[in-house]
Amino acid sequence: MSSQRAAWLFLTPALVVLGVFFLLPVIAALALSLTDYDLYALANIHNLRFVALQNYWALLQRPLFWSALGHTVYFVAVGVPLSMSTSLGAALLLNSPLARCKPFFRTALFAPVVTTVVAVAVIWRYLFNTKYGMANFALGHAGIQAIDWLGDPRWAMPTIILFAVWKNFGYNMIIFLAGLQAIPADLYEAARIDGASVWRQCRHITLPMLGPTMLMVSILTVSGYFQLFAEPYVMTEGGPLQSTTSVLYLMYDEGFKWWNLGSASAVAFLLFLIMFAVTALMLKLARRGGEA
Amino acid sequence: MRVVARLHRSRDLCSMQRVLWQACSMLCIALITSCGRAPAADHELTFWTIGREGEAVVKLLPDFERTHPGIHVNVQQLPLTAAHQKLLTAFAGGSTPDIAQLGNTWLPEMVALDALEPLQARVDRSTVVKPDDYFASIWATNMIDGTLYGVPWYVDTRLLFYRRDLLKAAGFDAPPTDWTQWRGMLATLSDPRRHTYGILMPTNEYEQLMSLALQESDPLLRDGGRYGNFESAGFKRALTFYVDTFRLHQAPAITNVEAGNPWSEFGRGVYAFYLSGPWNIGEFRKRLPAEQQGDWATAPLPGPSNAGIGVAGGSSLVIFRTSKQKDAAWQLIEYLSQLQVQQRFYDLLGDMPPRRSSWEGGALRGDPKALAFREQLERARPTPAVPEWERIANEMQLVTAQAIAGELTVDQAIAEMDRRTDRILEKRRWILDHARSPTGTHP
Repeated sequence: MSSQRAAWLFLTPALVVLGVFFLLPVIAALALSLTDYDLYALANIHNLRFVALQNYWALLQRPLFWSALGHTVYFVAVGVPLSMSTSLGAALLLNSPLARCKPFFRTALFAPVVTTVVAVAVIWRYLFNTKYGMANFALGHAGIQAIDWLGDPRWAMPTIILFAVWKNFGYNMIIFLAGLQAIPADLYEAARIDGASVWRQCRHITLPMLGPTMLMVSILTVSGYFQLFAEPYVMTEGGPLQSTTSVLYLMYDEGFKWWNLGSASAVAFLLFLIMFAVTALMLKLARRGGEA
Repeated sequence: MRVVARLHRSRDLCSMQRVLWQACSMLCIALITSCGRAPAADHELTFWTIGREGEAVVKLLPDFERTHPGIHVNVQQLPLTAAHQKLLTAFAGGSTPDIAQLGNTWLPEMVALDALEPLQARVDRSTVVKPDDYFASIWATNMIDGTLYGVPWYVDTRLLFYRRDLLKAAGFDAPPTDWTQWRGMLATLSDPRRHTYGILMPTNEYEQLMSLALQESDPLLRDGGRYGNFESAGFKRALTFYVDTFRLHQAPAITNVEAGNPWSEFGRGVYAFYLSGPWNIGEFRKRLPAEQQGDWATAPLPGPSNAGIGVAGGSSLVIFRTSKQKDAAWQLIEYLSQLQVQQRFYDLLGDMPPRRSSWEGGALRGDPKALAFREQLERARPTPAVPEWERIANEMQLVTAQAIAGELTVDQAIAEMDRRTDRILEKRRWILDHARSPTGTHP
């Protein structure tokens, strides 16, 4: 009994911090999403009305919410596989016994992760400038007509995806690298003795052994990519023609541009529900795949 | 910091005491010196500026601080893109400045928050700020429900920049005064095959359409700002004229990002007209070669029947209600409202002064390019003074972009604008009907 009490005592600081800085704000945001908290309520709290689920209902009827969700899903569906395969490819190359200067390349490939997104965005905006950018300069040499990377609604999202993948793949690469190094060498040795090719070694040893790492990385990446915000904020400000407005960007606009905090909280909870459903589905699929 | 470092090093009590004594005496000296310095600047004013005005105003302030020795002004420059949320966040956090520059479309929002100090009593006592000398419609944008909250700092209206030589070559001796004439000139001057257009109106800006719409007598909102009035005959005429300009290929359907460098393209004759604001007088003077300076001119905006009505834009100076130094802040407003200071401000930045007498001297006097602005400012019209206006104008622009792209007809577009506007104004209607607003400014 007394040891249990001591355990609670030790846990208290952590629980208090969690409660004050996580649980309380979440509950407050949930309560906020059921009201129409806006500019008028900010001026005088008597102007606050309880609207039950009307914020959610209004959102579901807004075309902009659906298009923002569409852009976010597009970003996740293309960005996550691209980002993960880039990470895995880089990790495999770094893990190869043939690789030279490993520490240098490991640092270089990880560098984009630790640089600030704003500083990097300045460079990327130059790279993808329609008239003076290096990307169009290279395309011009290949005889391809210039592309308005950030100004054309069809090209803006692919550019953002490219930017996000380049910015983030280093992080997963490090995790994959750790996973690769944890695979026992004798498995490969046995495979070599049996005469398995490099490709078959990769398919039947590396990938299955990386399974749990892969699942974790994919869940982390999916939930991270659903929260797309900084990239369009610094590169395109949600444009052109709102083609890079993500769900989180919509929330930012609602909350901090127009100060409709009630509606913005509703966006946040809808996004949370969607992310929760997607990750639950991924876990379930992975479990079923594991049993089979 | 140094005291703390020393405390770490000194282990024995004796040196500890010595350190404490030193610390005490240092504190005393600090207190005495600060007391001695106090009268030198007993008012630290915080002044928030938005955009490039901040860079110019710091050049005007040394004179102010010399003539007002007790006041020191801290200028904080906010970028335009972040200013709006910064102001709202500051209000929510109770950290508003003493004095700020505020665009006159943002004023109603700050008034709805009850964040601003009414200024009428100070204006009545003032020997500098004379309401009669200000352009009436600009002054009116600072009156919300009969109470004055700001003093105009600079003014802005949108009108036509045009290529005199191109018009002349096409057989037009004078700029257009009404929409029918204008349409005719646009048709003559546009040739999509040669990539020349009559006019440039970037599709992601709402000011052009708003300027056209304000020329009609129908208000943009009806019933005291309770509902949208976009389905009125007047707005429909303005929108039809605007959208037709794109459909007839008399203006390219591009945003201002794609427009890139409109000044050099205007100089090359890609556009014969450019609907824009006063800052472009300076831009054209700077960017076009000397031999072309005679080729361009400005003209009042053509209207449905006659020219010269536009939007009353610009920025005002406001004092925040929570400021503890309102008198000092008012002295700064009076200083910035002086004729010579306004003229210097124009020389520095090209921001047009709001007082008629400021136009009678300095660089503005007899400037032919500024004359059209002077004329139009007398007849400018304010935008609806509701806090939601910025958002409504944004939606108006988004729906209009769809109409230009051919996704909506004009009738569908105005119905959609009214639908969106009525939804945005729902809360305002409720407040008005329940009369719960804190200031009672919304009876």
